[in-house]
Amino acid sequence: MTEELIIAGFGGQGVLSMGKILAYSGIMEDKEVTWFPSYGPEMRGGTANVTVIISDTRISSPIVKHFDTAIILNQQSMDKFEKAVKPGGTLLYDPNGVIHPPTRTDINIYKVEATRTAVEMGNPKVFNMIVFGSYLSVRPILTLDNVEKGLEKSLPERYHKTIPLNLEAIKKGQEIVETVLEV
Amino acid sequence: MELKDLIKPENLVYSKSALLEDVPMHYCPGCSHGVVHKVLAELIEEMGLQEKTVGVAPVGCSVFAYNYIDIDWQEAAHGRAPAVATGIVRVNPDKFVFTYQGDGDLASIGTAEIMHACNRGENILVIFINNGIYGMTGGQMAPTTLEGMVTSTTPFGRNVDLNGYPLKITELIAQLPGTSYVTRQSVETPGAVRKCKKAIKKAIDNVLAKKGTSFVEVVSTCNSGWKMTPVDANHWMQENMFPFYPLGDMKDSVKGDNNAKN
Amino acid sequence: MAEYKLMKGNEVLAEAAIRCGCDGYFGYPITPQSEVMETLMARQPWTETGMVVLQAESEVAAINMVYGAAGSGKKVMTSSSSPGISLMSEGISYIAGAELPCLIVNVQRGGPGLGTIQPSQADYFQTVKGGGHGDYRLIVLAPSSVQEMNDFVGLGFELAFKYRNPAMILTDGALGQMMEKVKLSDYQPRWTKEEIEEKWGSWATTGKTATRKKNIVTSLEMDPGRMEQNNIRFQKKFSEIEENEVRYEAIQCDDAEYILVAFGTSSRVCQKSVELARAKGLKVGLLRPITLYPFPKKAIKELARKVKGFLSVEMSAGQMVEDIKLAVYEAGSTVRVNHFGRMGGIIPTPEEVVEALEEKFSWELSYGVKRSY
Repeated sequence: MTEELIIAGFGGQGVLSMGKILAYSGIMEDKEVTWFPSYGPEMRGGTANVTVIISDTRISSPIVKHFDTAIILNQQSMDKFEKAVKPGGTLLYDPNGVIHPPTRTDINIYKVEATRTAVEMGNPKVFNMIVFGSYLSVRPILTLDNVEKGLEKSLPERYHKTIPLNLEAIKKGQEIVETVLEV
Repeated sequence: MELKDLIKPENLVYSKSALLEDVPMHYCPGCSHGVVHKVLAELIEEMGLQEKTVGVAPVGCSVFAYNYIDIDWQEAAHGRAPAVATGIVRVNPDKFVFTYQGDGDLASIGTAEIMHACNRGENILVIFINNGIYGMTGGQMAPTTLEGMVTSTTPFGRNVDLNGYPLKITELIAQLPGTSYVTRQSVETPGAVRKCKKAIKKAIDNVLAKKGTSFVEVVSTCNSGWKMTPVDANHWMQENMFPFYPLGDMKDSVKGDNNAKN
Repeated sequence: MAEYKLMKGNEVLAEAAIRCGCDGYFGYPITPQSEVMETLMARQPWTETGMVVLQAESEVAAINMVYGAAGSGKKVMTSSSSPGISLMSEGISYIAGAELPCLIVNVQRGGPGLGTIQPSQADYFQTVKGGGHGDYRLIVLAPSSVQEMNDFVGLGFELAFKYRNPAMILTDGALGQMMEKVKLSDYQPRWTKEEIEEKWGSWATTGKTATRKKNIVTSLEMDPGRMEQNNIRFQKKFSEIEENEVRYEAIQCDDAEYILVAFGTSSRVCQKSVELARAKGLKVGLLRPITLYPFPKKAIKELARKVKGFLSVEMSAGQMVEDIKLAVYEAGSTVRVNHFGRMGGIIPTPEEVVEALEEKFSWELSYGVKRSY
């Protein structure tokens, strides 16, 4: 199993930390992981994206042209990465940041109302965990047990009290994800 | 009375420091370096510091200082002695570390390193030999060359419009809160040598007490570079250098004391 | 199960330094490696192992602090990125000339000049062929994973002290910023005063005692006869390094007809290119130099006698390719050595590498090679 994934959105949406929790959960699952961010001035408020690779075997290139999965959280990223999904791959997006929905017909497409749900849950910060939950639902490559361990490992001790809230958001995301197209 | 009757311990009035190596110095006759070396060697010996001392030699006439005093030495790149000394003392805080630098080394190419080492208050002693000229490379203008002074790169005298002004770096150093003792001395008379030795001793005491950086400038002659006899050079220094670089303590304090007399 | 962590390459460099008993780090901030010093400052190793961490006023000062501390027999390091390494090059030459052991890390970015902060491998020449003045060599390790960023800190120090020569970890912004699963090294105590005296007392400025001569750390020798002797000694040391310390990894080279040669980040890209090429029926292997100096000449020479071509894949205009050509020439082989690279902070994709291979070796792929021996 090798999952090559990109998470792309705005800085501040928790793109990088979601990738980090995903990668840590992969370690808990005894897998090889690589987390490769875009870095530099881009980090300061502009677009942010991170490539995460999870594999049973040694990971080769951190530079990936075609992804198994793309998680897309704004229009710029849709424009850039919709075409980068492998045929038969998966695209998950939040319609709140996306004006032009994906148009490809050779990939699985899912959407999650994560921004709205986070506001409804009274905590916009759990946005990325809702998206993460939806991802786990459509790409069940990790067990929730290991995700919980991954959260513990990747969050500093002082944030451990937020783990139940994060898990709740993940579960919420698993529930509310909608299928747009399955091929 | 025979000579052998005279050579007895009870008749001894002066001896060379055991730490001063028995090798001919490469310095020109009349140069101040030898005197300052002697004073340093005496103090390291008298204060029992040989085993804990590391000297840092510069690039300049005193590049071979390590040949003359029997202690461990490091030879730094041009201007970098304060950084080298910082490296040594940071990982060996129990050592007594000093730099020995000339005006080109300290006040020109190494300005950043000396300012920042002093500003951090590194527990080191800095000996700064200021003779207003580049001796080793053959008498070029130094940052401390006086206005109008002739050197090989200012053959018509230092023109401040062209070359800028002589740099009173010690006055700048005295402003830095990292320094504890900043003084300007000379060694052209026996009295001056005694005063200078007292000042260096105090500087070493401060370093050992971890009071911050101690900085001793020695206004010096370079009779070869100045193209004078040693005696004329001493007179020239007294008449021209001392008015611009007045002798005396500029700061006597502890690290971090910003209200010190500057 | 061993405790694995998810860490950035830069953070791992810092952690590995603390754990291998490093005595001091002197550095100056520069992207993309500032996390090295930031991690150290946050870890406050001086409260734990006694390791000193100091932010210098410049890279020039930092490398000279390393000189001073290394001259006293301590295990010290610095890190920087390309423009900062250029500034340090003076000091590195002095360190090599004074035969001091230390570790320098270059987390490369694209140049020349200020260039970009994105990853690059364009400092190969600077690192392997000189950088500073005079006939000296650095022992150069090129990690290709975050795990190797950890492992090569300890190894770098080991080799530096073994040969009394500066060692460099040549990595890049991608590996510095990337997070991967890593097993950190176990803690090793810092050397005690007595251990340093015993190991390095013959040259380190530990303070002159009555029982030994004074130690002088210097690269200066005015007498050209003696300076030549110094150089002969250095060259002997470099020959020994070339003899004993070559490290490389060969991936699917046994049956390969074409060899990709790549180090660091581009070697990771090429691992995938090998998979892609083999899926297309092309017999491609990857030779990954781990030590860039000493360069794995022998391995290249042996391959040169049986393969149809080499493609050097570098994030530069083509620098290591010259060393491959030299080795192939020395092997008496006439197979072609080509280069493919991206510059200025761009990392090639695995697909691009395969395309380049097919294009640059289209003649060989159609007609094969004529052996001249």
